Amino acid sequence: MAKMAILFDAFRCTGCRGCQVACKQWNDLPAEETRNTGSYQNPPRVSADTWLVMQFREVDNGDDGLAWAFGRHACMHCVHPACVSACPVGALYKTDEGPVLYHNDRCIGCRYCMLACPFEIPTFQWNEGLFEGAEIKKCTFCIDRLSAGMEPACVHTCPSGALMFGERDELISVAEARIQEHPERYIDHVYGKDEAGGTSLLYISPVPFQELGLPELGTEPIQEKSEDIMTKATPAVLVTMLVGLSGIYWVVKRRQEMMGKKTGARGR
Amino acid sequence: MNMGIALRRPPIAPAAVVLGALMLLGFVVALIRYASGLGAISNLNDNYGWGLWISFDLLCGVALASGAFVTTSIVVLFGGERYRPLIRPAILTGFLGYLMVILALLVDLGRPERIWYLIIFWNHHSVMFEVGWCVMLYTFVLALEFSPLVFTRLGLQPPHRLIHAFIVPLAVAGATLSTLHQSSLGSLYTILPDQLDKIWYTPLLPLMFWLTAVAVGPAMVILESTISSRVFRRGLELDLLGGLARWIPFILAAYILVKFGDLAGSGELDLLVDWNLESGLFWLEVMGFAFLPMVLFSLPAVRQSNAWLLFSALLVISGVILSRFAVSLIAIGRPEFAASYVPHPLEFAVTIGIIAWGVAVFWFAARYLPLFVKHTHSPAGEQA
Ligand code: SF4
Ligand code: SF4
Ligand code: SF4
Repeated sequence: MAKMAILFDAFRCTGCRGCQVACKQWNDLPAEETRNTGSYQNPPRVSADTWLVMQFREVDNGDDGLAWAFGRHACMHCVHPACVSACPVGALYKTDEGPVLYHNDRCIGCRYCMLACPFEIPTFQWNEGLFEGAEIKKCTFCIDRLSAGMEPACVHTCPSGALMFGERDELISVAEARIQEHPERYIDHVYGKDEAGGTSLLYISPVPFQELGLPELGTEPIQEKSEDIMTKATPAVLVTMLVGLSGIYWVVKRRQEMMGKKTGARGR
Repeated sequence: MNMGIALRRPPIAPAAVVLGALMLLGFVVALIRYASGLGAISNLNDNYGWGLWISFDLLCGVALASGAFVTTSIVVLFGGERYRPLIRPAILTGFLGYLMVILALLVDLGRPERIWYLIIFWNHHSVMFEVGWCVMLYTFVLALEFSPLVFTRLGLQPPHRLIHAFIVPLAVAGATLSTLHQSSLGSLYTILPDQLDKIWYTPLLPLMFWLTAVAVGPAMVILESTISSRVFRRGLELDLLGGLARWIPFILAAYILVKFGDLAGSGELDLLVDWNLESGLFWLEVMGFAFLPMVLFSLPAVRQSNAWLLFSALLVISGVILSRFAVSLIAIGRPEFAASYVPHPLEFAVTIGIIAWGVAVFWFAARYLPLFVKHTHSPAGEQA
């Protein structure tokens, strides 16, 4: 199957939060008790019970004063997911179609995935004890809908056409075409095309992407260095230590034997 | 010997009560955590999934347990026969250190009952995979290295002789696993190229963690020997500790070189003159906790004085603690959600409770196992 993706067009988004609600409804997620934080954004971030949050940010618009910028915060379903690389037991995995998914029955709850994800997406069930079994939670790309031939709930619900579901390559072309058609509307960049090795969530925006709450990332996968260490350095260190230490022991022992018994006397 | 214990009982008793209370408190808090989840006893949250337990109990705990492999390597592999009297307490400290790390992980893991899944489900790309395997295997090695003490006490000769025959392979395995483990704790944070502050992020983190662990090994032996010599009123092996300390400056010098060399190599030295929390921590660690003890430990006068040895050792230990906290908690940026994390009092209760268990077991072992071998400088050893 082709690689699937979602394009989010911040210019078209009206901040209605239909996507956020649709996500909750489809996935049967309970409401969260929240407090007024002085912003329309609510709750403040994704959590085990909220997998998609629309971020409400105010951007200085020059003479016009402040303008809204709406950003989508949810799993990016990275092409080279750091969370998958980080999980010691393979509880997180990447599917051929694009979604990054989670085997609850493998997870040991180490929460390294939460640290590794550059978008701070995986969340934990902090109030589940041993008997309930705490799990890592995040957006599933509506894998159940996808396998039934439907589009994700958020895309399906979006009234303004800000969200679009399709093959990743095609969506990149759509995004680039929109930028070309209206260069005055958009920043000339498709976020997610190359960031961190590419993501399945693609963004185009009239304001800098950092204003939407997206981190500035390079084009290398996040786990490049740590995987190099695991696959190259670690085996080398392992062999070097085993051979080197045995060698040192052998040389030292030989020298002591040659110097006679008086120095090499083994007590006990 | 029984008389001796009876005579010393009064001063121990209040301390024992406090220790017992802390042990109980830690245990009760752990039960609450198992019943109601991590949120009930900690301030860990979705921004800060790792907190005090990872920074202190895991990272500092493993680093400070390095005395075992450093001492074992020196005595068994590098021909440092004269340091043999230090080896048993060092192995016990290391073994207890690792058991305490495992206890902390059993509280911190979201699904502690599945810790053994590490054995059956593999992802060899994950640094956590290496960390998990090293904890398991090295704890096993330490248990084997520690077992002769128990066998001797029980008068079981055959198993004792069996372990003794494998003492060299065990030392090689222990040093190899320790090297992998100490360094892999640094490697954990190489997956944060964007979130960890530039001064602290480097692919050389594993090398830095390993070097500081090697340097802190002898420092921990100095600390542990000093304390146990006071508590158990035995002589202090000052000449041996001084001899061990002679090697610390070389390791610290290498560490300082790697620290500056790394920043120079990536052209980021200028970040060090931007005055902020991260650069301040860097200077504090490198100058106060690496350079200063490097100078001190190279002075013969320091190595011949118990007080100065202890002071310099505490500097090295503080440096390790500072660097582990800096990398794992302080220098990690979480600006997006104005997130904050201050450990909950009950998180401290768990940490302190686990330390109390460790102290109690050490005390028990020192009492009932032939831990301290008679050394020429000690007055009539009590285990004799
Ligand atoms: S956004 Fe985070 S959780 Fe989602 S796939 Fe990427 S690394 Fe994993
Ligand atoms: S918390 Fe679970 S899913 Fe996340 S890295 Fe650990 S084992 Fe994997
Ligand atoms: S449903 Fe569409 S328009 Fe509404 S907030 Fe979501 S992306 Fe924006």
